[in-house]
Amino acid sequence: MSLSGLLESIGEYVLLMKQVLMPPDRAREFFKEFFKELYKLGVTSIGLVVLISFFIGAVIVVQLALNLNYPFLPSYTVGVVSREIILLEFSSTIMCLILSGKVGSNIASEIGTMRITEQIDALEVMGVNSANYLILPKIIAFIVFMPVLVIFSIFVGLMGGYIICALTANPPVATYVYGLRAFFREFFIWYAIVKSMIFGFIIASVSAYFGYSVKGGALEVGKASTDSVVINSVLILMTDLVFTQLVMG
Amino acid sequence: MIEVRNLSKEFEDHLVLNNISATFHKGIVNMIIGKSGSGKTVFLKCMVGLIRPTSGEILYEGRNLLTMKTKEVKRLRREMGMLFQGSALFDSKTVLENVMFPLDMFSRMNKKERQKRAEFCLERVNLLDAAHLYPSEISGGMMKRAAIARAIALNPKYLFCDEPNSGLDPQTSQLIDELLASITKEFEITSVIVTHDMNSVMNIGEHIVFLNEGVKEWEGPKEQLKDADSEAVKKFIFASDVFKKK
Ligand SMILES: Nc1ncnc2c1ncn2[C@@H]1O[C@H](COP(=O)(O)OP(=O)(O)OP(=O)(O)O)[C@@H](O)[C@H]1O
Ligand SMILES: [Mg+2]
Repeated sequence: MSLSGLLESIGEYVLLMKQVLMPPDRAREFFKEFFKELYKLGVTSIGLVVLISFFIGAVIVVQLALNLNYPFLPSYTVGVVSREIILLEFSSTIMCLILSGKVGSNIASEIGTMRITEQIDALEVMGVNSANYLILPKIIAFIVFMPVLVIFSIFVGLMGGYIICALTANPPVATYVYGLRAFFREFFIWYAIVKSMIFGFIIASVSAYFGYSVKGGALEVGKASTDSVVINSVLILMTDLVFTQLVMG
Repeated sequence: MIEVRNLSKEFEDHLVLNNISATFHKGIVNMIIGKSGSGKTVFLKCMVGLIRPTSGEILYEGRNLLTMKTKEVKRLRREMGMLFQGSALFDSKTVLENVMFPLDMFSRMNKKERQKRAEFCLERVNLLDAAHLYPSEISGGMMKRAAIARAIALNPKYLFCDEPNSGLDPQTSQLIDELLASITKEFEITSVIVTHDMNSVMNIGEHIVFLNEGVKEWEGPKEQLKDADSEAVKKFIFASDVFKKK
């Protein structure tokens, strides 16, 4: 993508968000869509989050137990470190990268299909602010549900480690749990939740932008959907770095 | 009444509409006819403001759509109903929900009244049986009819239809034509119907605008159409069998 093309896209995105971030035409219709999206984007993602978090949590403990095996480190280090990894980066950032694949492509292809089949034009002709009607419920629903997904992910991730400890006794469960509780800072939980909500906004709004600006046919919808996942991933990683520097540094 | 003045539309050096002026009257069926690719859909979309013309004016009761404030445009659009060539039903909603949607968004009716109104509109297009099906579960002709029901749900002042009866059997087609004509009369709507079906033109057309390759070739009352002094018009109308039979 050329520089001028990039600047143009950013401009279009900002203008679209100006349309989106407005009070809805009808509150009743907004909430109807909001609850639909809460289910479609949020609730149906729980399974994926649980599955991945469980295995990654387990693998982290296995890796740490095998590789942090130095005489001068106490054995509860495994618990401390796996907690910090899951809390600080896995459940808040890596989880969002994975969700951008599922939720982002879903949003982009749904809105893109509505664009090429003239459903968005139909909304506009009725006098509905189509961007606001279609996109705002998705953004708000996903941001609101994000903390739920993160907490699920943290909990299940730590449980994954727990179960590995119970099965292999390396480290023993009591040591792992002791590690989980040692030097705990509640602030990290807030950090994870706030960060994930920012990512939630990025995922929902960027993929909606890609869908909304589709021109052409089914081929372009597919392209918009993959493009949105790529751009979302880049933005999430960059935002992670900046946000972490600002908050932790 | 809608007046279009000197409307032109260019797509990347490709002139699709060339300086078109035309008038669409209240309470009668105005028809835009012409061959495939002559620019009818683009013209209709310019009229409702979905495509921004390169130059020209579109006057609704004397007020120019292209210079109106967003709020005014929104208000005007609540008085418009439009049927798209591809139906454009919302595929996440059932037929009934599609027809109820404009009412949900803009009417002050309660839920029961909205549902009743939607069912009444579906009844008029003979589609009440399919009310609870999704667009993917009904035929193309049924989609057309559902989209017409949605377009008339809010009793529009202006009704735009892009090929309302393409893909319909002759019987249903006639039914739709008669429906469009009767609501036009009943509610004094300004109807603008794009078609290339001469049967419809003879059936319900009153004021006719003929487009040919982006130029307005002819405009006038239907009765004078067959005496039009234009090769393109003659070729178009005598290609259909409407005149051969008689
Ligand atoms: N978005 C667009 N970009 C570029 N060219 C376009 C666009 N939309 C339409 N055109 C061109 O405008 C011309 C007129 O198209 P239009 O869809 O208005 O035809 P039509 O009269 O409605 O035909 P039909 O009866 O087949 O529906 C065509 O040559 C088409 O290629
Ligand atoms: Mg057309």
